[in-house]
Amino acid sequence: MEKKNWPLWEVFLRSRSGLHHVHAGSLHAADSEMALNNARDVYTRRNEGVSIWVIESKNIIANDPSESESFFEPASDKIYRHPTFYEMPNELKHI
Amino acid sequence: MLKQKISAYSILLGDQSLILGQRLGELCGHGPILEVDIAMTNIALDLLGQARLYYQLAAELSDTYEDEDQIAFLRREKDYNNCVLVEMPNGDFGDTIVRQYLFDVYHLMFLNQLKESNEKRLKAIAEKSIKEVRYHLNFSGDWILRLGKGTEVSNQKIQKAVDTLWPYTKELVQSSELETEMHGFGIAPNLADLEDEYYRQVKSKFAEAEIKLPEDKWSQIQGKKGLHSEHFGYLLSDLQYLQRSYPNSKW
Repeated sequence: MEKKNWPLWEVFLRSRSGLHHVHAGSLHAADSEMALNNARDVYTRRNEGVSIWVIESKNIIANDPSESESFFEPASDKIYRHPTFYEMPNELKHI
Repeated sequence: MLKQKISAYSILLGDQSLILGQRLGELCGHGPILEVDIAMTNIALDLLGQARLYYQLAAELSDTYEDEDQIAFLRREKDYNNCVLVEMPNGDFGDTIVRQYLFDVYHLMFLNQLKESNEKRLKAIAEKSIKEVRYHLNFSGDWILRLGKGTEVSNQKIQKAVDTLWPYTKELVQSSELETEMHGFGIAPNLADLEDEYYRQVKSKFAEAEIKLPEDKWSQIQGKKGLHSEHFGYLLSDLQYLQRSYPNSKW
């Protein structure tokens, strides 16, 4: 019998007060149903979530780290893209 | 005294959960893979929590026992009234899953009835436990299908487990004297009412999982009377070791 590891899955949770799903970690599972069960058992034992997403890790498209210079550095000297150049009226709080 | 009998009945229910929980707890750190290891111990903790609720109620009503710890840790083998099924050893993963599945099907049906009990505190325990047990059944039923329809080896192993554990299922749906009496008071379900539906569910799942049904040759129905398998003493010595060696020690 061929011995293989089950595929890797990534787990995303939305907490009770959270607005969006946040990456919680990864796990092994044979298929999507088992991945969801395992995610429930491994990552929501302490009431961490009210909604779970799982996706097989191979389906996530990530950028190539060796190209991060051309990917991210062009943004680093363009501070005018942050809205920090406006004068705010004093009456406005919490902005 | 009715109060004493309700206490004894609550202990019987607690025993089923405690002993199965103890068995699953043995797998902590020894599960087949990390994710399943955690799943099994989650189920163990659910069961342990249920046992505590039953024992707390029992202790409150009892003239004999002062608290839940005394009931859980300081009784003798023959004072435990759990079905023999739940004390059977973990064996391989197939054995563990079949034992769990055979109990879960019964457990969910039973709790659905117990929540109609006229004893309010038992009813409340049933309502809380149902949510947990629904997941247990989902988990074990899923694995029955995976192993049954998996590889030739996994099918053989799960078939062996079913053949071994089948004789212990009858006891789940047969009332002891105490349970019959409790049913008379409207406190306990009539287990005989569950029997047909229990075997119908189990058989249909096994058919789907390509598991052959064993013949009904003999049944083990002594656990509720306090007569246990040879495995039980070892389980209790693990379970009770700390309280026996260091009486009254607190966590």
